[in-house]
Amino acid sequence: MTETVMETMRPRSPNRARHLERWLPLWLTGPAAVFFLVLLGMPLLMTLALSFYTFDYTAGIDKTLTFANYAEVLFDGYFHEIFLRTYAISLVTTVLCVLLGAPEAYILYRMRSPWRSIFLLVTLGPLLISVVVRTLGWVLLIGGNGLLSQLLQGLGLAGSRGVSLMYTHTGVVIAMVHVLVPFMVISVWASLRKVDLSTGDAALSLGAKPFTVMRRVIFPQVLPGVLSGSLIVFALTASYFATPSIIGGRRLKVVATSVYDEYLSTMNWPLGASISIVLLLLNVIIVMSYSRWVERRFRRTLGEG
Amino acid sequence: MSVDSRRNGRLALAFHTLFVIFLLAPLVVIILVAFTPKGYLSYPTAGFSLRWFREILERPDFIDAFYHSLNLGIVSATLATLLSIPAALALARFRFAGREFLNGLFLSPLMIPHIVLGVAFLRFFSEIGIGGTFASLVLAHVIIVMPYTLRLVLAAVMGLDRETERAAVSLGANPFTSFRRITLPQMLPGVAGGWMLAFITSFDELTMTVFVASPSNTTLPVKMYNYIEQTIDPLLASVSTVIIVLTVAFMLVLDRFYGLDRVLSGKG
Repeated sequence: MTETVMETMRPRSPNRARHLERWLPLWLTGPAAVFFLVLLGMPLLMTLALSFYTFDYTAGIDKTLTFANYAEVLFDGYFHEIFLRTYAISLVTTVLCVLLGAPEAYILYRMRSPWRSIFLLVTLGPLLISVVVRTLGWVLLIGGNGLLSQLLQGLGLAGSRGVSLMYTHTGVVIAMVHVLVPFMVISVWASLRKVDLSTGDAALSLGAKPFTVMRRVIFPQVLPGVLSGSLIVFALTASYFATPSIIGGRRLKVVATSVYDEYLSTMNWPLGASISIVLLLLNVIIVMSYSRWVERRFRRTLGEG
Repeated sequence: MSVDSRRNGRLALAFHTLFVIFLLAPLVVIILVAFTPKGYLSYPTAGFSLRWFREILERPDFIDAFYHSLNLGIVSATLATLLSIPAALALARFRFAGREFLNGLFLSPLMIPHIVLGVAFLRFFSEIGIGGTFASLVLAHVIIVMPYTLRLVLAAVMGLDRETERAAVSLGANPFTSFRRITLPQMLPGVAGGWMLAFITSFDELTMTVFVASPSNTTLPVKMYNYIEQTIDPLLASVSTVIIVLTVAFMLVLDRFYGLDRVLSGKG
């Protein structure tokens, strides 16, 4: 990594080499950097500005600056409910993804040659299939006339009107877990690849019970994978749109769907902009403080040996 | 050894079976419903019918949306790859001022919720007067797929064997020839893996695209989302079945070529 362009390019004079070394990285990253600064920087700054503009249902957007939008998002009970619901759904989804995804990754890891790659493909493959398609599948399963309802009716557990999980927290969480659990599996899988399974054998041969081996030997080694997977799942759920929108509908608004409604139904863009800025800031704060917490925790564990 | 920690017990296999059923159930249900002969959502208990697949051919709006998604995926993945190759070379091989900043900048779309990107692009594109055009969709998609291409190209550059490059140069090849004939071919699997991941990410994207698409420039996920808002009928199931079949084929190619777990964990 420390070697320089001088070795590879063998320029005629050291001066030219120094010149090349200084300017080449800038030329190489230049196009992408300009592209990102303009196309990512400008839109975000404009949205930040928009969030301070005044909105009137008859006059539309006015460039008079105001804190009214933020006051509404931060102090109105309506938005408190939406933010609380969003983060509650994220928390439950994350916990369920850990409970389902981590053991599944471990089971996959212990599988033999053909089965392991086949089921790894089955587990990770859904990540590539459109979220709209996967959510539609859950609508067909848990909707009023869905398979779940028919199954429960067949077992005599539901009345003639059936059971629908549409527009319920349960329905949203089930579909969200389905959409996001592969991220947990891949994350734990990646840290399992670094684990030495013979430590488990050693513990077993020394008389430890399988569950103890799991808890004391294997789990601590994959903990980093579980923690980073949790962060991915939590952050994605908190800003997810498609699944809460299709299954939760207007009755169970989350932050992302309320942004959508402000922009495309109510047309109150400044309010929508301030909701999205708050969402973005919360996301950044959560990701940063979580990463810092994980880092500190691991440094301490390592320090204590 | 009597006990082997590397084998799954009966309980583990039962858990695994339920997990796989949970993952596949919604997809299987869609495929079943797509073959219904009835005019409403139902399982094909009386017999299979291709009626709803023929119906797709009668819907130019869905076919147009499909081609838009395809073009959008190809163009944005290609542009992102072209931007990523030089950027990855610079980030991997040079220490320079602003290197950390640029690395963070290029990966930042992973941390910004797509809903936020969507509203930001909606405002930006309408202010500069290109709202709803295909070009604006491409620009927005390059931003969201670039982290994927960059990560995989970067991993490929890091793993390069520099001895061959040095040998070529010492044998008299100029730097450009050495790059074209030695470096680039070695990077190719990473570049191709990144391109494919970028393509599928663009092809599937809904949350941001729903804000920047227009009725004349819509993508398949946006088209389907808007359709679901109105009604859910077996047509959606047959369109979804086509998407599932195409995605699975694509996934098998990607896996054979690069390894799905490597692509998705971004570790090269």
